[in-house]
Amino acid sequence: MNRLRSLLLLAPSMLTIGIFMAVPMLVALAYSFMTSSPYGGVQMPFSVGAYVQMLYDEDFDGVQVFTPDYLMIILRSVVLAGLTTLACLAVAFPAAWFIVCRPPRQRQLLLFLVSLPFWINTLIRTYCWVLLLRDEGLINHLFEGAGAIDEPLPLLYNDGAILLGLIYTFLPFMVLPIYSTLERVDHRLIEAAYDLYASRRLVFRRILWPLARPGVAAGALLVFAPALGSFLAPDLLGGGRKLLIGSLIQLEFTSGRNWPFGSAIAVLVSAAVLIAMLVQARRGRSAAELAA
Amino acid sequence: MSQRTFNWRHMPGGRSLMTGLLLFLYAPLAILVIYAFNSSRIVTVWGGFSTRWFQLVLDNPDIRRTAYTSIVVAIAATILATTFAVAAVLALERGKLPGLRGTAEGLIALPLVVPEIVVAITTLVFFSAIGLKLGAGNLIVAHTVFCIPFALLPMRARLRDMGQSAENAARDLYASEWRVFRRITFPLLGPAIASGAMLAFVTSLDDFIISMMVSDAGTTTLPVYVYGMMRVGVTPEVNAVSAILLGVSLLLVMAALLLTGRKPAAH
Repeated sequence: MNRLRSLLLLAPSMLTIGIFMAVPMLVALAYSFMTSSPYGGVQMPFSVGAYVQMLYDEDFDGVQVFTPDYLMIILRSVVLAGLTTLACLAVAFPAAWFIVCRPPRQRQLLLFLVSLPFWINTLIRTYCWVLLLRDEGLINHLFEGAGAIDEPLPLLYNDGAILLGLIYTFLPFMVLPIYSTLERVDHRLIEAAYDLYASRRLVFRRILWPLARPGVAAGALLVFAPALGSFLAPDLLGGGRKLLIGSLIQLEFTSGRNWPFGSAIAVLVSAAVLIAMLVQARRGRSAAELAA
Repeated sequence: MSQRTFNWRHMPGGRSLMTGLLLFLYAPLAILVIYAFNSSRIVTVWGGFSTRWFQLVLDNPDIRRTAYTSIVVAIAATILATTFAVAAVLALERGKLPGLRGTAEGLIALPLVVPEIVVAITTLVFFSAIGLKLGAGNLIVAHTVFCIPFALLPMRARLRDMGQSAENAARDLYASEWRVFRRITFPLLGPAIASGAMLAFVTSLDDFIISMMVSDAGTTTLPVYVYGMMRVGVTPEVNAVSAILLGVSLLLVMAALLLTGRKPAAH
């Protein structure tokens, strides 16, 4: 296939994603440097106000005062996404190794079962936890039935519920890339290590972990990035009262009507994710490729 | 020698970890489905098996209308995304792209890594900036974008797995490039194309965040409508319509993954 033909074949996908995704992200970048119009939308002049607004608020005298409100929302989102990533890693690594150690047929089945939820509507998967956690939900119902509690436990509408929902949503993203690196580990290395009286812990620390690092990095990105911008878990399980980045962006574009500010936050999130992706691509295989 | 040998493949606690993990992943879904068949209006109190909520949901004109929108958008986005993906995968796996491969792969992976809410609002901003008002057409465009990488996944895996020997053999026998594609590559790629199309369809059908931002009153999709129902409260109707969506996704994805008979390529 010659170069021209390859380019022509590639063109429809590139143009679609380029025009309707890459360009819009650049437009958002431009908007983040404009001023919000009273009717929703943006107007010129060029301004860095949206970025300043993340840290400073204007008081009645027009003086910029440091207000950490938005910073706290960003930090809270980063912490929750980070905890989600760690929890997923803690479960996914041993699970992936367990799958690698199974006979091939079982391996196929287990991988299938672990990845299947990825394709199920996130809205519905998140809603399932509302059914379980709410005051009249299954868990409280069971506890009350057993006489363990009189008052329903406040399981829903807190950070714990959000975290649980995020782990539930993104766990499959962590298992698959780790699995695909662990699957390629040369078994002779492991056998040699055990022959030399290495403990399980040492085999993990000196062989499995270093060799699975690219998979761990890919999985971490695939979990952290969507968790950082998640909207449904904070909305349905957190009650939408305490904002996270995802719900904040959504709010600024709907009822908040501050497009430049919403764009500025979106730009920050995208920049963080794209930088992480580029760093990984430079180190070797890309995240998307590892997961495939 | 009946002496038990040390087996490094044996992982202490591995079996219970895996059981726990699968329970964690599937029990909430199973509970949703069970609740959907509960005849009692109070969701947590079991009032006997009944399909009346499904009946009620299927008769609901709003649900019918939004489901219709969802299906139309999903079919259109699937056709576009799958066609584009077939072309792109041939270029990526069989073509010559000196110096461009990295950019192309990065661009295609973009919808997979950028958080959905960012995609949603940037698309919204862009559509309003260029004044694109095509009704459901806006949704179709937005869905096609993020369906392309999903449609591409199984095809790409298939082209890598099958190697190029059959194609090269055909070329050795003086088959033209078009003939090689039509007689060798396309038939061998067939199941992967079907699988990719199904994954694209499911991804479009299930999308919520992007549809929520891009759709307007006349083009509400089913998940957006269901979200509105959920905001009002936990009702048997929500459970039933969620169970239907769950069932449709499960069937399609299982079919897609069985078609390729390969390790499922999630994300």
